Amino acid sequence: MKYLTEFRNGEIAQRMAREIASITTRPWKIMEVCGGQTHSIIKNGIDQMLPAGVEMIHGPGCPVCVTPLELIDKALAIAAQPGVIFCSFGDMLRVPGTDADLFQIKGAGGDVRVVYSPLDAVELAAKNPDKQVVFFGVGFETTAPANAMSVHVAKRRGIKNFSLLVSHVLVPPAIAAILESPGNKVQAFLLAGHVNSVMGYWEYPPIAEKYKIPLVVTGFEPLDLLDGIRRAIIQLEAGTHEVENAYERIVTFDGNQPAQKMLAEVFEVTDRAWRGIGVIPRSGWRLAPAYRDFDAEARFHITGIHTVESPLCRAGDVLRGAIKPAECAAFGKECTPRHPLGATMVSSEGACAAYYNYGRFLSAEELATAGSGLTHA
Amino acid sequence: MPEIANASDEDQAPSKGTPDFSNWTCPLPLVGYPTIVMGHGGGGKLGNELVEHLFLPAFRNAALENLGDAAVLELGAGHLAMSTDSFVVQPLFFPGGSIGDLAVNGTVNDLAVSGAIPKYLSASFILEEGFPLAQLAAIVDAMAAAAATAGIQIVTGDTKVVERGHGDGCYINTAGIGVLRKGIQVGPRHAKPGDAILVSGFIGDHGMAIMSVREGLEFESQIRSDCAALNGTISAVLDEAGHAIHAMRDPTRGGLASTLNEIAQASGVGIWIDERRLPVRTEVQSACELLGLDPVYVANEGKAVFFVAPDAAERVLSILRAHPLGRDAAMIGHATAEHKGMLVARTQMGANRVIAQQIGEQLPRIC
Repeated sequence: MKYLTEFRNGEIAQRMAREIASITTRPWKIMEVCGGQTHSIIKNGIDQMLPAGVEMIHGPGCPVCVTPLELIDKALAIAAQPGVIFCSFGDMLRVPGTDADLFQIKGAGGDVRVVYSPLDAVELAAKNPDKQVVFFGVGFETTAPANAMSVHVAKRRGIKNFSLLVSHVLVPPAIAAILESPGNKVQAFLLAGHVNSVMGYWEYPPIAEKYKIPLVVTGFEPLDLLDGIRRAIIQLEAGTHEVENAYERIVTFDGNQPAQKMLAEVFEVTDRAWRGIGVIPRSGWRLAPAYRDFDAEARFHITGIHTVESPLCRAGDVLRGAIKPAECAAFGKECTPRHPLGATMVSSEGACAAYYNYGRFLSAEELATAGSGLTHA
Repeated sequence: MPEIANASDEDQAPSKGTPDFSNWTCPLPLVGYPTIVMGHGGGGKLGNELVEHLFLPAFRNAALENLGDAAVLELGAGHLAMSTDSFVVQPLFFPGGSIGDLAVNGTVNDLAVSGAIPKYLSASFILEEGFPLAQLAAIVDAMAAAAATAGIQIVTGDTKVVERGHGDGCYINTAGIGVLRKGIQVGPRHAKPGDAILVSGFIGDHGMAIMSVREGLEFESQIRSDCAALNGTISAVLDEAGHAIHAMRDPTRGGLASTLNEIAQASGVGIWIDERRLPVRTEVQSACELLGLDPVYVANEGKAVFFVAPDAAERVLSILRAHPLGRDAAMIGHATAEHKGMLVARTQMGANRVIAQQIGEQLPRIC
């Protein structure tokens, strides 16, 4: 199967868009949970293809964006310590803490490294027994199994100089929190397909039932997204509230059982603070008691952190879907990817950065007519 | 390309891009030392040996052989173009080339896209104490071969040695001069609304080739750098259609997107491209998808972008395609009087998006 082309076929996409228009009789507000989906929607211009009145609301599913400022400040403090090799996925490096980001820590002599797998960080620890190797384990259920595995492997191999700075968050409690927030506008959700590839979707029928809301497991390619939107609208128009799977090539009801087993062994559910949203009960994971020795927060005892968020930044409203990025007064002015005030402008998955990078500060009309005078291409 | 530290940095084992030096022999054996020592930069006997036994045999030409403090050159009348660039790539050897190829081709290309015929280069080396001489020799050999291919001479140079831990093996600076072609008016400010935009081949090869060895990522098929001297390709275009070329650039760091944004801003035109027409190899696209990168931001080292008067566009395209380095050339869009200073792309889906100037380096996404 050609994943790079088959799910990006422009003609099929146009046909699906016409079908969506033909079945839509009323305005609907649909939230895509995952930042990767937001990125794909904006990059491919899928929101431009939807009928007027169907609005995509961008959800809180960008791990970089919802990681609390306090934890980022802790990461910076740990990374700045001598004798520490601080490992992270690439897009955490530019996230601003209160005073600096990881790039600045690196420039000032901190040993900060980008790795592609937490297991690489474990290897690094094995090769550098005189150093403390810390991996910044953020993310949703998608990245959690590999992070759990890193701790599991470190324990099994007796690698004591490895630790995890963990801030894992979970999708189902976030959906419930959004639905229970006053002034919620979301009428259907596109579930984050990669989260479901790990967790399956057995957790979701009670949510659909309790809140009477359609939930569609959705992928990330343009045709996946259009299919998810199409199925959500069919349900909304019919007044049903099922959990549907529009990402069958990847996701099963039960999900990845060995991964879930590993998660249950290494992590336990805890309350978590979400940047811009606040504490959501039982919305994250921390290391279970048997693995607590590998908790970087406990190992480094960072205290005296005083976080200061920019008073101009409305990332919280963006993450809740209350406003679109361009509705924030600081968007594109005080706040740009070069000088981000909040995390949603930093990560390429953040809604503000996606809007900025893909030119949503140009009017829709200007964008739509661009290239119309083309003579050669 | 971004400098990204990685677990593999700890690996002392050679990466898979490292060539095999086992059969390499020095043209004249150097006395004693298999590695660079501080004395090689000291201006004494060791430094002279490096020149006589390594640089001179490899780069041999009349101007260099005088071994004066400066090379004396003859360039005739007319305007000269001059350019300089420093090379700090890691790893030093990668699929499709080495720092030596880059150091020659990079400066040659900067001259060529300015409308000059590259003639002479200088080469300065900053070497780290302990750097293996065999590797230096392989780099110098690559430079000599690249110079011969490009038809230029390396006429002067310098070597400095820094203490172990104060360099990254080998840094190279090259400066080059060329003779400006007569009757050619090209520059990033000269793009005009209506110009067709042509790219000379597949984009993103170099950046992903470096990524694939630096990050220790194993892809099914090896991606090779496109590192090459473009002066021949560009000469072919300028010889036949020089009057029709308004702007040329080699999209190196920051990739095609940065180059097009720069030209849009410098010329005060809008630029519109069709993503479906961008030549991107499947393996490069796949690697980019895996890492969450966009090939329009990935570096090239052997590609040129041309802004061409509309009536000559088809002809320039066929000139490019007739040239070995332009076989996969494509017309990707045009300049317009609308959305001045901005690069807009028609997406695969048929919608439009703005491709903004990149901030710093592209960072791989979490998930």
